[in-house]
This record gives sequence, C-alpha cells and structure tokens, in this order.
Amino acid sequence: MNWKRKDLLGIRDLSKEEMLFILDTAESFKDISKREIKKVPTLRGKTVITLFYEPSTRTRTSFEIAAKRLSADTINISSSTSSSTKGESLKDTARNLESMRPDAIVIRHGMPGAPHMLAGILDSSIINGGDGAHEHPTQALLDLFTMRDKKGRIDGLKVVIVGDIAHSRVARSNIFSLKSFGNDVICCGPPTMIPPHIETLGVKVEYDLKRAVRKADVIMMLRIQKERGGTTYIPSTKEYSTLYGLGREHVESAADDVIIMHPGPMNRGIEISDEVADGPSSVILDQVENGVAVRMAVLYLLIGGEA
Amino acid sequence: MKTLIRGGRLVDPKNSIDGRYDVLVDGPVVKEVSKSIRKVDDDTRIIDASKRIVAPGLIDVHCHLREPGFEYKETIRTGTTAATRGGFTTVVCMANTNPVNDSRSVTEFIVDKARAEGVCKVLPCGAVTRGLRSEELSEIGEMFEAGIVAISDDGRSVRAAGLLRKALEYAKIFKLPVISHCEDETLSGGCVHEGRASLLSGLDGIPAIAEELIAGRDIAVARYVDAPLHLTHISTAGSVEIIERAKRTFRKITCDTCPHYFTLTDEATLTYDTNTKVNPPLRSQDDVNAIKEGLRKGTIDIIATDHAPHEFTSKDVEFDLATFGISGFETALALSLGLVREDILDLKGLLMKMTANPAKLLGLEAGVISEGAPADIIVFDPDMEWTVDRKSFASKGKNTPFHGMTLRGRNLFTMVDGKIVYNEL
Amino acid sequence: MKKRVILDKKAIGRTVTRITHEILEKNAGCTELCLIGIRTRGVYLSQRVHAKVTDVEGITLPIGALDITMYRDDISKLRWPEVKKTEISFDVNNMTVVLVDDVLHTGRTTRAAIDAIMDLGRPKRIQLAVLVDRGERELPIHPDYAGIVCPVNENEEVLVRMSEIDGKDEVVIVKA
Repeated sequence: MNWKRKDLLGIRDLSKEEMLFILDTAESFKDISKREIKKVPTLRGKTVITLFYEPSTRTRTSFEIAAKRLSADTINISSSTSSSTKGESLKDTARNLESMRPDAIVIRHGMPGAPHMLAGILDSSIINGGDGAHEHPTQALLDLFTMRDKKGRIDGLKVVIVGDIAHSRVARSNIFSLKSFGNDVICCGPPTMIPPHIETLGVKVEYDLKRAVRKADVIMMLRIQKERGGTTYIPSTKEYSTLYGLGREHVESAADDVIIMHPGPMNRGIEISDEVADGPSSVILDQVENGVAVRMAVLYLLIGGEA
Repeated sequence: MKTLIRGGRLVDPKNSIDGRYDVLVDGPVVKEVSKSIRKVDDDTRIIDASKRIVAPGLIDVHCHLREPGFEYKETIRTGTTAATRGGFTTVVCMANTNPVNDSRSVTEFIVDKARAEGVCKVLPCGAVTRGLRSEELSEIGEMFEAGIVAISDDGRSVRAAGLLRKALEYAKIFKLPVISHCEDETLSGGCVHEGRASLLSGLDGIPAIAEELIAGRDIAVARYVDAPLHLTHISTAGSVEIIERAKRTFRKITCDTCPHYFTLTDEATLTYDTNTKVNPPLRSQDDVNAIKEGLRKGTIDIIATDHAPHEFTSKDVEFDLATFGISGFETALALSLGLVREDILDLKGLLMKMTANPAKLLGLEAGVISEGAPADIIVFDPDMEWTVDRKSFASKGKNTPFHGMTLRGRNLFTMVDGKIVYNEL
Repeated sequence: MKKRVILDKKAIGRTVTRITHEILEKNAGCTELCLIGIRTRGVYLSQRVHAKVTDVEGITLPIGALDITMYRDDISKLRWPEVKKTEISFDVNNMTVVLVDDVLHTGRTTRAAIDAIMDLGRPKRIQLAVLVDRGERELPIHPDYAGIVCPVNENEEVLVRMSEIDGKDEVVIVKA
C-alpha cells in the first residue's frame, strides 16, 4: 500500500484499501499501549498541535496521548486559550501556528469545511478532529477498528445508528465507512433529526427503535445534545429518552453477540441506560482504548515518513 | 460626431431583426439602421463589427453597486465599469446600501453619483420598507420623484403579507414594479441548498420550499390586489412551476433568474469554496433543468445578474461565516450564451431576456436599436474562448466561482448614449 | 545484473546448524534463553534456529518476532515505511535474548532492535546472531554469532533469499 496523503479530512475521501491500511497499522500500535514503557521514538522531533475550537476532552486527550506515545511534542490550543476570542480569524491563527513549523495540526471546529480550508493553505498535515456536522474521520476509523476486533469482520453487519443523525459528524463518517464495506446501515431517530435525502447514501431509516435494533450486530448510540431539546427538534429530553433511550429489552432483541457503541461522552439515563452502558455487550471503553491506537496510526502515516 | 458600426450581424429581438445590418449613430441616438450604409462623412468613426454580433446594450434588473456605505466592496464607478465590460448599458441597483435606499436623499445621492461617475446608466431600486425592516413602508413617492424605477426589499422578503399588500397597492400610483426576493426566514437560515450535497458537506441547508412558499404567497397577494409583481432570482423547480401556473390566469407576474442558477449545481459547494455561497443557494440538477426549461418555455422572462460584489476578506473565512453573493457582471453574457449552444434558446430569444424584456418591466425606452432610440449598443463574439481570471475583473468583487474556467462568448464593445465606453475590438 | 552466490541452500543449512550449536554452547546451562527474529528474514532465520534447538536439545525455546520500524533513526527519510506487528508473547525480563537477523551492516538495525527490546523489559543480556556480516559498521556493534563474514564493496548489495518468502534459499552479492 502506497500511502500518499498529506491530510486526513474525511472518510468520504478514503478508499477501502486506505481504511484497511490504517486499521492494520493501528494493530501494530495497539500493543505499545499495553506495555510498561508505552512509548516508541518513531515521531521524535515532530510537533503536533491540537487546535480545538469546541470543547472536547476525549478526542483531544486521545490525540495527545497518541502523539506522546510516538514521542512527538504536543501543544494544545483550545478556543478559550487561543486568539479566537480576540477576533483573530481561523486562517490567521493557522498561519501563525504554521510559522512555528508544526508537522501536524489536529483541528476541531464547529463549522464544516474548516479543516479543508486549512489544508488548502498550510504545508502541515491537517487532521480533521471533527468539523461541525460534517465528519469525524478518526472516530469512524476507531469504530471500524473496534468492530473488526469484536466481530471479526466489518462487512455484512447490520449496524443501527441511533440519535441525532442530522447534526452528527460521527454518524456521517460512520455511514461513509460502513457503506463502503457493504454493511446494512439503519438510521434510527425522530424524523426531525434525520436529514432529508439520507436514503441516497444507501441507508435505511426506521423511526421505531424496537424495530430498528431487532437482530442488529452493532448498535451505535449518538450523544443527544441537550440544547436541541425544547421547541427545536424534540419536545423534551425526557420524551426522547422514552422513545429512543437504549435499554436492556433492546439489547435482548438484537443479535446474541451484539455490541453497543457510543462515541462519548454519554448521557446516562437519556440515550442509554446504566444497565446497557456497563453491560457485557458494551464496548464503549474499548472504543476509547482503540482510539489511541488508531490516532497513532494516523499520525504515523501522515507525518512519519518523508513528505 | 457620428459612428458607423459596420458589417455585423444585428440581433434586435424587439424589432425581430436578425441579419447583416449597418448601424449609424449620431450623437446619443441611433440615426439609421439599414442593410448597407455606404455614404458617410469623412469624420465618421467606423467600427468594424464583421463576424460579430451587434445587439442592444444589455439591461440588468438586479445588481448591487454597494454605494453608499460599502465602497470597499464596490463603487458606482467600478461597478458600472464592470457592467459595461460585460455588455450591460443599464443596471438597476438594489436598495441594501448603507444607509438603505429608502428615502429621497439616498436616491438622489445615487442618481447624482451615477451621473458623475457612472459609466453606464444606473437606475436605483428603492426599498419597500424603511431600513428593509419589514415594519413600515418607505417614502416610495419621494423616491419615485428622485428617480427610482422599482421597489424591492431584496436580500429578504417583506415579512408580513399585509405589508406587502399595501406596498403592491401603493406602488400602483407610480406604476412602479415591485420586485420580490422570495425567502421564508423560518425555513432558511442555512448557507447551501438542502439536498444531497448539504448532506455530504454537513453545511446547513436552505430548502427549496423556503423560496417557493413566499413565491406562492406573494403571487397570491399580487393577484388579490391586481398589481404587477416581479419575482427575482428564481432558483427552484417548484418556483418555476408555481409561476407557470400563476401566469396562465394572472398576466401581471414576471420573473428572472441568474446565470449561476442554470450553470452550477449544489455539487459545486462540496469543495467549501465560499465563492459558491450565494442566496438563493445553488440548487440541485433537477432545479437547474427546470430553470432551463422555464427559460425555454418563456415562464422565466428575464436573465439578471444579481451581481453581488464582496471584499476578499468576507469570503476568506469559514463557509458558514462567508458573505452570500457572486460577482456576476463580467461572466453573465458568456454563461447565458451557453443556453444558445445547448439549444434552449436561440440568440434572439436569449437577448430578448436581457434587453427587451427588462426594458418592458421597467418601462424604459431602451433595449432596442431603432432610429431615434438611445444608442446603447454592444458588439460581442459569441464563440470567443477566454479564461475567467478574477484578478482581471473591473469589479472590486473578485468573488466568482467561475475563476479559472474557460468560457465561450465575450463582449468586445459597449456604447452608452453614443459614447464608446469599452472597446476591445 | 551480475550476481555471485556466496551461500547456497546446503551452505545455509550448515551455517544455521553451526550457529545453533554455538548459541547452545555459549549459553550452556542457561535456562532463560529466548530467540527474537528481526523482521522480515531474521524471523524465518530465528524459526530455523528454533527448530534446530528442538532437534538437538529436545527443548522448545520462547521465540518472538520484532518489527523495528518504529525505532528506526532514518524514519523521516523513508517513504511511508509500513509498520508490521511485533509479536513477543513472553516476558523478556531477566532473559538471555538472542537477536537474529539476516545481514549485519551498519549496525543501525541492531541498535533499533536493542532499543525496542529494552522498551519491553530488562533482559539479562542480549546477543546477536547473523547469517552474513558484511562489515562497514557505523556503530560499535559486534555479532556474537556470524554465519559468514564477507566484506562487500560499497556499490554491492548482499541479498538473502529464504524459501519461506522468496521461494528458494541463497545468499548472493549483486552489483547495485
């Protein structure tokens, strides 16, 4: 496999072969995290900046640990500490950062296309750490990695994605990756949270959670954003929980070896019950663990070799 | 001084002329149009238009010249220079300036400035409501006296149907056309067309019905008060259908679309190029097809530019934050000539929508090359290939999604009131 | 391309046998001995030594495979070197580790391998077994067991072919 990309902007850009190559590379890196000395010198002398315009603990920490385990230097810039509050434009911020010669910039931004804009003007590798409702490619890759690990395959699975599909970059990236491997994807949520034309991506839509999860191999829960409650998309989070909260009865009607995924952070008792989140089918903590390995692989492939 | 435009193929849709004619201009007016004008004075300037098209100067019913208030985006001088390069000799500038053109003094400022610095004719469009706020009518009569040719709250719709009704009724006094921008703000709010492309890009969508609902509403109000209504920059299949149906029983409805709505689809937004951000947004292929069909069948009467120049920095940001608009004067003719090559319109039909029909809407004695008419004339080559280079635009607005594309058809000569203002022949 | 065969199938077999005996002799009585092959051909070589040990002594030594890509000092000059898995399923602490590689040249691979193993634990000692020592060292590294010492010109390349991956066994020198 000849890896040629400078940036990782979205799953939709990637071929199946590229995704598999990232997963295979991640397998090698996963072992490092299990050792006593969780560090290799691979990216010694490289600098990785995480530039986060939206609050995130999980993704930022995961990238930071991934970079550190590869011996790269990491600098974290979050919106509260950056110049963005002083009105500096994203492009100016990025150009200033580039002057400090980082090798990679991981960006999370509330607006779709922000990473693409940076990729167009910077020499550094740009990694999309989530851009608005567009994509979150490393999340989809770690989900794919976890599915392969737990199910032994990533094709021909029945995967149900539950929640606010319309505003979820996790859902989009996962739909792109899962469909390119030929999985059966069912999107489940209230119609106000299902974007129009979603069926053109080859997914099925089911409003009834009970029906959707029947015989499912994978159930992927999305975080419900509490601010979308009230008059906008759903009457209340309480009602959402009644209709779309995942409970034991759902897990029981799914395939025997179903796995339950969640990109975190979870709203326990709203989209997922404690019983399910902590139950034997839950692979939520595996996802977090695999996230580090996948991000190590991505960093390694983007900035490990000669540009 | 006289000018003879010799040897060209004259296409004058108003007079149903398409053939080889010479045009003699004397001072500000057309003196003679005939098959061959041999006898000329010694000092008559001869313009060789052989192998070119000679046509009435184009009339744009919808543009933004940005003055007063946004001179960093465009001025009357730069805007009209761009217009004449593109083949326009008369343009109607919208009221969303700063201050808004909702009073006599602002209209007078624009008229005076255009007289002093304008390269082509500038006709101001007044605001329907004060400050474009949809709260109370602006002083339409005062503005009319100062020179407005239409009223519009372009950039948004008149929010309350009741207020629109009053505007339509009141405008009858002055026979002023009311131009409607159709957008339901409770349904819009995004920045690209809501469709498959917005699903892929994650950008917030503006559904087609945001336009269609208001198109339907405004038509219903106009019909009820029996007032003429012009719907501008129509972009969806649904709007075309609504207008087509309305026109069958109510003849006072007219509409226009813009070159980008029959040239580009929402797929263009997938690169996050902010120059593709425009309101109404670039629509789906089905919409583009319906717009073309609407042009062919005559449902759409006029092609306007919606020339909306912006400074670089307002487009050099995240897509969500970028301003809406395309700098359109200098590409409009070439893009529209695409309709002729696609066999949707013949050349006469196309020019009808860019000369005679706009003149009719505005009640102007223009858009025609007849003896005694104002000598607003262009000469263009319908097949000349050229590559769009935004840096070479005369407009201050370099915001074009067509940068780098090779287009066919180029205006080479523009005459306004007998004065040559642009000549690349 | 001119090529010169310096070890054929039979010679490789003999050499593996000799190295095995030397390892056993030098570590006589050592109970905590293991073999770690360096990817790619060192792994096959280590497997052959491993089998030979079982043959001779009737014991099964712990054996592992090491990928040193992550530890290379020239990684940023390579075009996307592929990372393969390191498979060492035993604890290297207090072990005597015999690193097995096909060719010893500059010593940089060995340096990377030593670093990689040290990150896995603290072995008692590390020894180095190679099939070919072609000289031209750039680091102070010396093999404990060498199949053949064969100085090679700068414009020549030593190629080790092993039947497990190359279809046949031979060691050749080719002009680059």
